[in-house]
Amino acid sequence: MTKPRTYQTEAIIIRKIKLGEADRILTLYTPHPGKIRAVAKGVRRPRSKLSGHLELLTHSMVSLARCRNLDTIIGSQTINSFLPIKSNLELTSYALYATELVDQFTADNVENPPLFQLLLETMKRLCQGGDNELVLRYFELHLLNLVGYRPQLQQCVSCKSALESTINSFCPGAGGMLCPNCRQNKLTYSISVNGQKMLRILQSNEYNTVSQLEMNRELSGEIEGVMRNYLKYLLEGEVKSTAWLDTLREQKIASG
Amino acid sequence: MNQNYIPTSNAVSRLVQELNKLPGIGPKSAQRLAYYLLRAPEEQARFLADAILSVTQETKLCSICFNATDTDPCPICRGDQRDRTKVCIVEQPQDILALEHTGIYKGLYHVLHGAISPTEGMGADSIRARELLERLQSSSVSEAILATNPTLEGEQTAMYLSKLISPLGIRITRLARGLPFGTELEYADDVTITQAIEGRQEF
Repeated sequence: MTKPRTYQTEAIIIRKIKLGEADRILTLYTPHPGKIRAVAKGVRRPRSKLSGHLELLTHSMVSLARCRNLDTIIGSQTINSFLPIKSNLELTSYALYATELVDQFTADNVENPPLFQLLLETMKRLCQGGDNELVLRYFELHLLNLVGYRPQLQQCVSCKSALESTINSFCPGAGGMLCPNCRQNKLTYSISVNGQKMLRILQSNEYNTVSQLEMNRELSGEIEGVMRNYLKYLLEGEVKSTAWLDTLREQKIASG
Repeated sequence: MNQNYIPTSNAVSRLVQELNKLPGIGPKSAQRLAYYLLRAPEEQARFLADAILSVTQETKLCSICFNATDTDPCPICRGDQRDRTKVCIVEQPQDILALEHTGIYKGLYHVLHGAISPTEGMGADSIRARELLERLQSSSVSEAILATNPTLEGEQTAMYLSKLISPLGIRITRLARGLPFGTELEYADDVTITQAIEGRQEF
């Protein structure tokens, strides 16, 4: 049986590039069939009926028509426009960071409905205004769980012994923690006892439990550093939007 | 069959290659244009070549507003009819054309040459934000009009610039957003309708 010519799906718009006179190629993240790229015609014209429903960081119901190469978007209706994110400079940057990670860690047309849910929930959590760093760290660790890069935090990846409550180190190349005996001659990052506990809690609990936690600035910085190094190792390059997050943070400190 | 055999003249295939590098021109369009020029009068080809060369050789960026211009400073920055207390901040030089076409704005401009887009690696250093700040500090400007596009990147740029400019104590305004002329309310999105209601005006 042939596939129907048109189909409908909910989607979060995670990337856009200009095409021709007034068109765009959008990257949509959907529960089914996963990440797709599609052409949105005429959306750069002011009178476009679709453009507002197809802006970055929007959760929309999208209708598409199958085409030979990229599918074409024929209709779109906003489900959630995440206004609190879009009207706040920092939240926009956090949300863009999350979408960039999803874009980098997924391939076209590979389904992963739990990952779609995670991205959607993360954007809703950013709108609610809690500890945004905590929201992002939770997102990073659970994203890794869902795409197959779950780091081993319970035992030493080399000698398989349970980790003792001392300063152990994280080794991006080995995909997990190393005990002090096994860490020699490897590129590793030491993590404090509290840092290790925090990572384990973030990795293996639901957000409702995690959101009760309080993370001070020092601990937050430590965990962010570890995650950043691991993500950089996995992606074989910097996550582009981290540079912008750093710029904003520096200016925030400079202006008090 | 000889793989290196090219079934056309070297000059034509070179032109096709060069045209192919232009945005929106694929290999077939490039071929069509190249063969058109092959048949066109020599004069037309010369005018086109001249125009292309002069755009890179004679055009520079205005040292004040960074608009594309033949003379530095540009006619708008030099003009004595312009209101020197207002600066309108736009993403690209083309935006000035659209604003000037209306004839309603008489102030000065500042071209950023881009918008902040973290996922594409465009940060604060990729737009002319520092130049804008220096310009506003050392001039008698009393109002900065943020006219970046009403897209996510444009909004982000506007929010960032407003943070940057606000310590100077200048009035900061943003172009109104809402329903474009000639559209139907039914098709408008939530963001636009929210802004249209919040920004409604006495009739």
